[in-house]
Amino acid sequence: MSPDLLKLIFGRLGFESLPLHEPIVVGTFVVVALGGAALLGGLTYFRLWGYLWREWFTTVDHKRIGIMYMILGIVMLLRGFADALMMRGQQMLAFGGSEGYLNAHHYDQVFTAHGVIMIFFVAMPLVTGLMNYVVPLQIGARDVSFPFLNNFSFWMTVGGAVLVMASLFIGEFARTGWLAYPPLSNIGYSPDVGVDYYIWALQVAGVGTTLSGINLICTIVKLRCPGMTMMKMPVFTWTSLCTNVLIVASFPVLTVVLALLSLDRYVGTNFFTNDFGGSPMMYVNLIWIWGHPEVYILVLPAFGIFSEVTSTFSGKRLFGYTSMVYATVVITILSYLVWLHHFFTMGSGASVNSFFGITTMIISIPTGAKMFNWLFTMYRGRIRYELPMMWTIAFMLTFVIGGMTGVLLAVPPADFVLHNSLFLIAHFHNVIIGGVVFGAFAGISYWFPKAFGFRLDPFWGKLSFWFWVTGFYLAFMPLYVLGLMGVTRRLRVFDDPSLQIWFIIAAIGAGLVLLGIMCMLMQFAVSFLRREQLKDVTGDPWDARTLEWATSSPPPDYNFAFTPVVHDNDAWWDMKRRGYQRPLTGFKPIHMPSSTGTGIILAGLATAMGFGLIWYMWWLAALSFIAMLAVGIGHTFNYHRDFDIPAEDVIRTEDARTKLLAGAK
Amino acid sequence: MSTNSHAAHAEDHHHEGGHAHGTFSSYMLGFVLSVVLTAIPFWLVMSGALPSKQVTALVIMAFAVVQIVVHMIYFLHMNATSENGWTMMALIFTIVMVVIALSGSLWVMSHLNTNMMPMHQMSGMK
Repeated sequence: MSPDLLKLIFGRLGFESLPLHEPIVVGTFVVVALGGAALLGGLTYFRLWGYLWREWFTTVDHKRIGIMYMILGIVMLLRGFADALMMRGQQMLAFGGSEGYLNAHHYDQVFTAHGVIMIFFVAMPLVTGLMNYVVPLQIGARDVSFPFLNNFSFWMTVGGAVLVMASLFIGEFARTGWLAYPPLSNIGYSPDVGVDYYIWALQVAGVGTTLSGINLICTIVKLRCPGMTMMKMPVFTWTSLCTNVLIVASFPVLTVVLALLSLDRYVGTNFFTNDFGGSPMMYVNLIWIWGHPEVYILVLPAFGIFSEVTSTFSGKRLFGYTSMVYATVVITILSYLVWLHHFFTMGSGASVNSFFGITTMIISIPTGAKMFNWLFTMYRGRIRYELPMMWTIAFMLTFVIGGMTGVLLAVPPADFVLHNSLFLIAHFHNVIIGGVVFGAFAGISYWFPKAFGFRLDPFWGKLSFWFWVTGFYLAFMPLYVLGLMGVTRRLRVFDDPSLQIWFIIAAIGAGLVLLGIMCMLMQFAVSFLRREQLKDVTGDPWDARTLEWATSSPPPDYNFAFTPVVHDNDAWWDMKRRGYQRPLTGFKPIHMPSSTGTGIILAGLATAMGFGLIWYMWWLAALSFIAMLAVGIGHTFNYHRDFDIPAEDVIRTEDARTKLLAGAK
Repeated sequence: MSTNSHAAHAEDHHHEGGHAHGTFSSYMLGFVLSVVLTAIPFWLVMSGALPSKQVTALVIMAFAVVQIVVHMIYFLHMNATSENGWTMMALIFTIVMVVIALSGSLWVMSHLNTNMMPMHQMSGMK
């Protein structure tokens, strides 16, 4: 074939794009390929494809979509954490003239991929997954407002993750840092596919995130059960509402910034170039207008989880519900007023820096109010130190440290010393791991029995907890020290041998976190094997307070046979106190949305389009785009959108629950 | 998902559709207004009727804002009471966010431009 024809078909893709010269990547590929082949073979052997397709991939049930989000988050956590281990290993070794084991080309991709994956494909799916699973149950709804859209959003997120993963073996990922600042990310300095992978992975996943934000806002505003006024909503639902408002308000900014960057790269515009009036500083400004709300998008739901957990395991109503709600709303607004603190050093001058420094410090007030609310909830409560509560206490201790270093960084003169240093790295890992990750783990161990009908094994859970917490402190406290000594982020080799000990301690910490992750996986396996002993028949294993515990574990497809009526905050607690009797008769058919494969097909096409655009395979991009339009329009002619669960099925399900409950007593 | 059966659901749907519709004349009014509001800026640019480019740009922006309001009222059927006031609240929130982002960016970028070396000088120094 002629080179021209090859170029037309494959664009920039050729054999030289495969990273065969990188032994580490080739080794990883072999392991992943073998593992993947084993998984696919196993699925085929046990004839699970049909089941997975019908019951999971095409489902519009918010509970299953939520679980799939969690699985995505945990799988990507393994990838992102592998990157972290590689970095810690490199920085531990690269002293005294040693180059370490990662070359610059590879190392730069590793730290970029670590950041992108951990934020977009670990933290976001974990948070979205929990909101998806829990919010409709907490407000007594049957599903989200737009069930098909929910399925589509999930698969778009997967599409973005697939593109990031593909970059490991086909071509390369960006070498720019996780926000891809120009001019480095412009075509002149990054002519290869790395930044294009970055752009299209985030654009594809971003569609999913924005749509799921709209979906959950609409769900919370429109589908609350009778009696649940805004000020009777559970706190997790409140924080979810604020998070999704933030998503809908801020993700379009990211979309536009990345679109402008891709115009710079693809058609030669000059939005963010050095020449022709372009301004790279404008990119930094715009991306942080998205970027700062993003951190609150992640942490607000975690605050909600801690509120639910604290009040449940202290056996008390949450202290200061109203102040908790107002603190959340205030944080939502304030999170838009602080973005410049990410680039104090760019040179806006004293007046601008002082304004943003002060707004940043003000955010710590509502956050501190929340902290005291949790403490006062625990005060004189009957605290049960179950796993979710342990994560919550670890969060409270850790997050306060991270918050205080944050206030320190908010002082512009201090920031001039610490900007881009390892102190900053330690700070944001301190709040993201201590806040978001611990929150997600608290949420997982709290709601796992609801989702699967059996509790998680406490032994392996506690082991995992202690490895994680000690590992975290060992891994990141040394970085505070190093940052104060002036070590900047993203360095690959070091000259000063006196620094090495701190990196060794950090690497040991990372090793402990690895043990923590392995114990957690072990915990899932052991809990599954011991599921009969750990079974939850009551649907309310923790003696909890909100509506999701009023139904069975796992909940039936329709969540609630009768829509609950709410009279008080902590609706389920109130129902238990009033001696609520579960209705045993009078069941009616229940109207539900039908499964559809359109979401996964559309997302698959969007991913193919992204791949085509990355590699300049214009025919593929055009074809997938047209196919997307065709499938999208085709779906509007699908009239099999809903069905009724017959009353007999409802009666059978509810009778089975009645028997279980009778057996439990 | 509504808890009701099929028929009740359909009724719900009809009701939701009901208050969202405008009348023929309101759509026509909206259409004519938006055409006029588009045509005037075009005319301003083509004829150069205003003394300076800056004034023209400002006037066009003002027309754009009016255009947005026309769309919201006549095509999106927004008013202070629709959807129990949720649309109004969402609108206010959106305006606050947009104002923060735009005015903040302008403020930040103008300070950056004043304090830092302008880009074209920097590239000249290489």
